[in-house]
Amino acid sequence: MNAEALAFYALAAMVLVGGALVVYSRNLVHAAVSLVPTLLGVAGLYVLLHAEFVTAIQILIYVGAITVLILFVILLTEGATGLRVRQRNEQVPLALGVCGALVVLLWVVLLRVPWGPAAGPLPPYNPGAVGRSFLMPYVLAFEVTSLVILASLVGAIVIARREE
Amino acid sequence: MIGLPHYLVLSSLLFGMGLYGVLTRRNAVAILMGIELMLNAANVNFVAFTKFVDPTFVRGHVAALVIITLAACEAAVGLALIINAYRHLETVNVDQVDLLKG
Amino acid sequence: MARLAWLIPLFPLAGYGILIFRGRALGDRAPYVAIGAMALSAVLGWGTFLEQVLGAPPFVWRAAWAVGGERVITVGYTVDPLSSITVAMITLVGGLIFVYSVGYMHGDPYYARFFAFLSLFCAGMLTMVLANSFLLMLIGWEVIGLCSYLLIGFYFRRRSANLAQMKAFLTTRVGDTLMLVGIMALFWQFGTLDYQTVFEAVREGAEKASAVVRLGPWEVPLVTLTALLIFGGPIGKSGQFPLHVWLPDAMEGPTPVSALIHAATMVAAGVYLVGRAYPLFFFTPHHEALAWVAWVGTVTALMAGLIALAQDDIKRILAYSTISQLGFMMAGLGVLGYTAGLFHLLTHAFFKALLFLAAGSVIHAVHTNNIKEMGGLWRAMPVTFWTFLAGFLALAGVFPFAGFWSKDEILLEAYHHNPGIYALLTAAAFLTALYMSRLVAYAFFGRYRGPEQPEPDPWLPEDYARAGVRGPHHGHGAHHGPHESPPVMTVPLVVLAFFALVAGFVGIPGTGPEGGSWIHHFLKFEGFEEAGIRAPSFSWPLALRSLAVAFAGVGVAWVVYGARWVRSDQVREWVGPLYPFLRNRMYIDTVYAWVFVRGGLALAAGLRWFDVQVVDGLVNLVGWVTVLVSRLHRLFDTYVVDGLVNLVGGLTRGLGILLRPLQTGRAYNYILVAAAGVAIIVVVSLWKL
Repeated sequence: MNAEALAFYALAAMVLVGGALVVYSRNLVHAAVSLVPTLLGVAGLYVLLHAEFVTAIQILIYVGAITVLILFVILLTEGATGLRVRQRNEQVPLALGVCGALVVLLWVVLLRVPWGPAAGPLPPYNPGAVGRSFLMPYVLAFEVTSLVILASLVGAIVIARREE
Repeated sequence: MIGLPHYLVLSSLLFGMGLYGVLTRRNAVAILMGIELMLNAANVNFVAFTKFVDPTFVRGHVAALVIITLAACEAAVGLALIINAYRHLETVNVDQVDLLKG
Repeated sequence: MARLAWLIPLFPLAGYGILIFRGRALGDRAPYVAIGAMALSAVLGWGTFLEQVLGAPPFVWRAAWAVGGERVITVGYTVDPLSSITVAMITLVGGLIFVYSVGYMHGDPYYARFFAFLSLFCAGMLTMVLANSFLLMLIGWEVIGLCSYLLIGFYFRRRSANLAQMKAFLTTRVGDTLMLVGIMALFWQFGTLDYQTVFEAVREGAEKASAVVRLGPWEVPLVTLTALLIFGGPIGKSGQFPLHVWLPDAMEGPTPVSALIHAATMVAAGVYLVGRAYPLFFFTPHHEALAWVAWVGTVTALMAGLIALAQDDIKRILAYSTISQLGFMMAGLGVLGYTAGLFHLLTHAFFKALLFLAAGSVIHAVHTNNIKEMGGLWRAMPVTFWTFLAGFLALAGVFPFAGFWSKDEILLEAYHHNPGIYALLTAAAFLTALYMSRLVAYAFFGRYRGPEQPEPDPWLPEDYARAGVRGPHHGHGAHHGPHESPPVMTVPLVVLAFFALVAGFVGIPGTGPEGGSWIHHFLKFEGFEEAGIRAPSFSWPLALRSLAVAFAGVGVAWVVYGARWVRSDQVREWVGPLYPFLRNRMYIDTVYAWVFVRGGLALAAGLRWFDVQVVDGLVNLVGWVTVLVSRLHRLFDTYVVDGLVNLVGGLTRGLGILLRPLQTGRAYNYILVAAAGVAIIVVVSLWKL
């Protein structure tokens, strides 16, 4: 077992354990904090996949911003997120069955597909390639995304603003 | 040798967890966290496919970045909605937010 | 100058625009705008007139206004001796009356509005005079009719003024409608309304066999009918019998209005139109239309002269005098005296405007219109007296005043062309001298019979006085007996008196070429030469005869009203029922009131009865049937249509009850179902693979 495999399994364990805690933890603060190892693990996977720029963004936005935001909201809505409040609904067994079935089915599908060999090597310098890609073939997606950011920025402010 | 199937299995497990969270949690914030997990699973797939299948234009990276951006937007708007709902209804449990139910 | 003539009507129009929109802000400065605009018009008008005098050719400008297929309606103006001399007269008399109004109307709450209306009137009048087609003429014609209406009712709070303005408008409308039909007939015949084209066509048509219209038992040549229809307009506007009834009532307006509109210019518009459209009348078979004009004019002259004898209101006497003189003009035009009739139009404008303004000055001083309450005014009001006397002598036709020359022309023409009319006109001239002498004797001689402290002006509406507004006749302070008017009013009188003296001199034989008079040379109708009609030359016997008639009239008046050798009550007894007959205006107004006003009201009542009984009955029947039909509809609606609708609704409702449990309203249920659905789809897909 080489170093890459070692790293992958370690990161996978981190991701799965973190994810499990996010889903199962009764205490929402714990759940939110458990997001951090999960997301960091995913970032590590990106490193293994030679996606340095995505890694940086993953850490910046997910770990840095979204997790903190979620923690803030949990603290702000203390009355509804407290430990005394029941956190699960009545469809746990059904959901467990459906999710398990879906995962198994996904495995079946994914593993049956004959993924061919790689069409070519990754470009040596990812961020530059990503930037060119954004500005040349995917400029429309880029611009639409920026519009969505703008709209959600305004929307978030308008919705969360305390009414006078 | 770690190959594409490893990543796919991992991401499908993560996706299943996220979906389970979405389906079973009552708290809207927790549902949002489940959604984040699902999105991360999808991102892992994108990036993995870029490396192992098709690196043209690194489009998997591009898709992952767009998804991260949209996830941030979604989190911002969703959390704003949750705060607003909490302010008015004193709850963030989705089964108790039923103003529109006749 | 002639090329600028189009500006002449535009100056007063601009003045009107300024005054109507900014009048309130201008306040006491309003007259300057009106007088300034009028002065510009006068300069241009006299410029074009003098140009014509010096022998400039007539100038016609026209442009296409509207194009309807092959027919092009043109608009434009014409400058020739007739229009230029009339423009000169209007701008001069109008300007003087404007100046007079500054004093007369001072203090009126609607000062600016008064000048605005006067300006609009002048714009309309000048447009009408300068027009080169019947259409443009009609526009000006209607504008002056409107202004006449507005100005008669200027004291609009007074009931009698409202009635008078309605009477004036409706009466002239009768004539105007006939004229409109006539203009349509012209357009139908000739396809154009341009003077020149129409007149040339009429001239050529005179030699051909003309179309004939059958009117009951009579066959009337179409051209004659058209001319007579057009003459309907002048009958209404110029107060000819039988549409003269509005003119005496029009004296309800302020005195400057009476002078400008109802003596000098507007009422002359009808005479001017007959002169302008003279070819149309002349080239009718046997000059038939002209004969009608002559007889209408003669009857009017005589009738109005008789009525004027028995009136006491100074303005009404002058109004009937105006009607009579307009009759003279019409008669003159009718007896082939083209020049004579128009000459009298011009001179009459000066001396009748003078008489009205002087009468206004008198009213201003004594605060009454009744000549029997005046007397001895010659001492108190010397300027007014002497100028009035000048107007009186001109009107009576005393040598060498203007009226003598122009009236003599008419009598001369009548003598040569129609002796019957000559006799009647001579009688009318005698009456003119008689009633004017009576007026002068009552108003200016004898002793003063009015109160020392004059009553408030009877022509002033009560609420003006109540509102504390100084009326046009300055009711301020105590003043004893009548007194002279301010210079702003007397100076125009003096200027007009000067013209009343000299305006006739252009008719003195020898002032024109070949021993004729200048006016005959300047204003002549070309058709006469072709037809071989020569204007009769001045004859001393006839002139002396008319002078003798005038002096006879003055003399008779002197016997009765001056020296009082015969008392007027005795005269009244001698004439028996004639006096009340004349005093009540020959009952013409009464008959009209019975026939037209009461008849109109009776007709309206009859129509109302028809409306209530028959029309409403029909409407009610329709309504009843509709109600019945709709009741039937309602039954159908309730049981059939609603039943279907309810059935559909019920089905939907049942389905909804059936499906409602599935609709939990919980998002996670739906997501679970969706996820399960995905799983099932994947399974199915794999199964097939």
